[in-house]
Amino acid sequence: MSTNNHLIKPEAEKEYNILNLGPTHPATHGIFQNILKMDGEIIMHADPTVGYIHRAFEKIAEHRPYNQITPLTDRLNYCSSPINNMGWHMTVEKLIGCEVPKRADYLRVIIMELSRIADHVICTTIIGQDTGATTGFLYFFQMREKIYEIFEEVCGARLTTNIGRVGGMERDFSEVAWAKLKIFMVEFPKFLKEFQSLIERNRIFMDRTIDCGPITGERALAYGFTGPNLRAAGIDYDVRVANPYSSYQDFDFSIPIGSNGDTYDRFMVRIQEMWESVSIIKQALDKMPKGEFHADVPEFYLPNKEDVYSKMEALIYHFKIVMGEMDVPKGEVYHSVEGGNGELGFYLISDGNRSPFRLHFRRPCFIYYQAYPEMITGGLLSDAILTMSSMNVIAGELDA
Amino acid sequence: MNTTELFDHLSEKLKSQFGDDFIGGEIQYDFPVLIVEKKRIIDVLQFLKTTPELNFNFLTTLCGIHMPENKGAELAVMYQLHNMVENWRIRIKIFMEDGDTKVPSITSIWPAANWMERQEYDFFGFKFVGHPDLRRILNMDEMNYFPMRKEYPLEDGSRDDKNDKMFGR
Repeated sequence: MSTNNHLIKPEAEKEYNILNLGPTHPATHGIFQNILKMDGEIIMHADPTVGYIHRAFEKIAEHRPYNQITPLTDRLNYCSSPINNMGWHMTVEKLIGCEVPKRADYLRVIIMELSRIADHVICTTIIGQDTGATTGFLYFFQMREKIYEIFEEVCGARLTTNIGRVGGMERDFSEVAWAKLKIFMVEFPKFLKEFQSLIERNRIFMDRTIDCGPITGERALAYGFTGPNLRAAGIDYDVRVANPYSSYQDFDFSIPIGSNGDTYDRFMVRIQEMWESVSIIKQALDKMPKGEFHADVPEFYLPNKEDVYSKMEALIYHFKIVMGEMDVPKGEVYHSVEGGNGELGFYLISDGNRSPFRLHFRRPCFIYYQAYPEMITGGLLSDAILTMSSMNVIAGELDA
Repeated sequence: MNTTELFDHLSEKLKSQFGDDFIGGEIQYDFPVLIVEKKRIIDVLQFLKTTPELNFNFLTTLCGIHMPENKGAELAVMYQLHNMVENWRIRIKIFMEDGDTKVPSITSIWPAANWMERQEYDFFGFKFVGHPDLRRILNMDEMNYFPMRKEYPLEDGSRDDKNDKMFGR
């Protein structure tokens, strides 16, 4: 940052320190290592090391049937795993040419927007935490718990959800789930409003975050930014609008954008996106169509357990799906969804076998995290921490 | 412009600009896939990015593919570009023989390609010529093979600490 230039000593007097930030520094919220060359408090050079939790998902996916890849996607961005799950299901649906009924689409939209809120709750409260506003982290964070309770009601799991199936949802929402969702929709706006008014015009917070780790729209595009970080830099690209999936074209929502691409803008874009998500869920609840919650694709959709035990066809299909003996067309397909922190893409090549020939994840974190050294160089160490938390880099997605 | 029109339009453009170095293409679902000569990849991508009418200014992703059965062109790299204004998405592919893994690096066009290329080097062993810092990124530096290539099994065959006599490894 140019504002700190007066702090830099003349070349002859310089003494540099090498500082290992991480791999497991509590302030980095995950396993990230940055080797920093410091001139006092000022970062002269940063060298990030990634791959500490690399689990070779792309390789594993080449050895798993399509249904068994869903749990792998859980572990990409684990703060919003339902989006990953459904992105993967939609990729397979695109490959096999499966039309999903409207109700399944709308149920998916509700789940995906809930997980977007959960993701943004984590990110915004952590920005607050790193600036010293612990209240948000302790108070607003309970909303994530409420969202996880809804997930638990829908699919039985909380963090790594494995939610939905190829072809739709595994089951319709239960009465309890609807009731919990209804309560959430009343409670959440209050909490969000409170949190927003606590932080957004707070003098300390603004002084701390405005002009902290900025990036221009042009650089952001060159670095492959997507999601809230790109929008904070002023570019209104959102996969939900550009390439609507899962009936997003039915909903009326706007894309919040920032102008400076700094930490404050990234924070504000996420706050506004939560409001948009609330509005999308409201619309989905109002317009919820009647009908089936999954497509009629028995050769891909796991049948109901009772049917498996009592009907011949269901048992056969169950066996074929579990053993991965389904006929998948040959071809290559790319599908992307708007994940919690950007465009999450699945590039799938199928050669007709039980598992993908090649599966490549376009992981938004991995691509935009390489801009991090550029964003923190010349800034203060404490700004580097804040920049990282505002970029919402998730170790699971970064290292795949 | 729908996918077919876009495909025809781009094929024509690339044909007139690059002649025989533009090999051909196909439509895969909603994506036009265009295949070009490896040695011209920088020129092609630069052309697609800087021509105002085409304006493919965003590199969505790139990835390597290993096809041992495809003799003479065992390895491929695909680049996915996006024109955000018109919302056109295309895929460019280059093919090469197994022994000839040198690929021109496109980091000069998009800095985003830096880590993407490092990742594909890490997994497939592509030597990106002109890359500023071609090191392994996700795997450990000491690793002496390229794990995403098809000849390597899912589990590392060189490990002896997981020798299971009952079920075999």
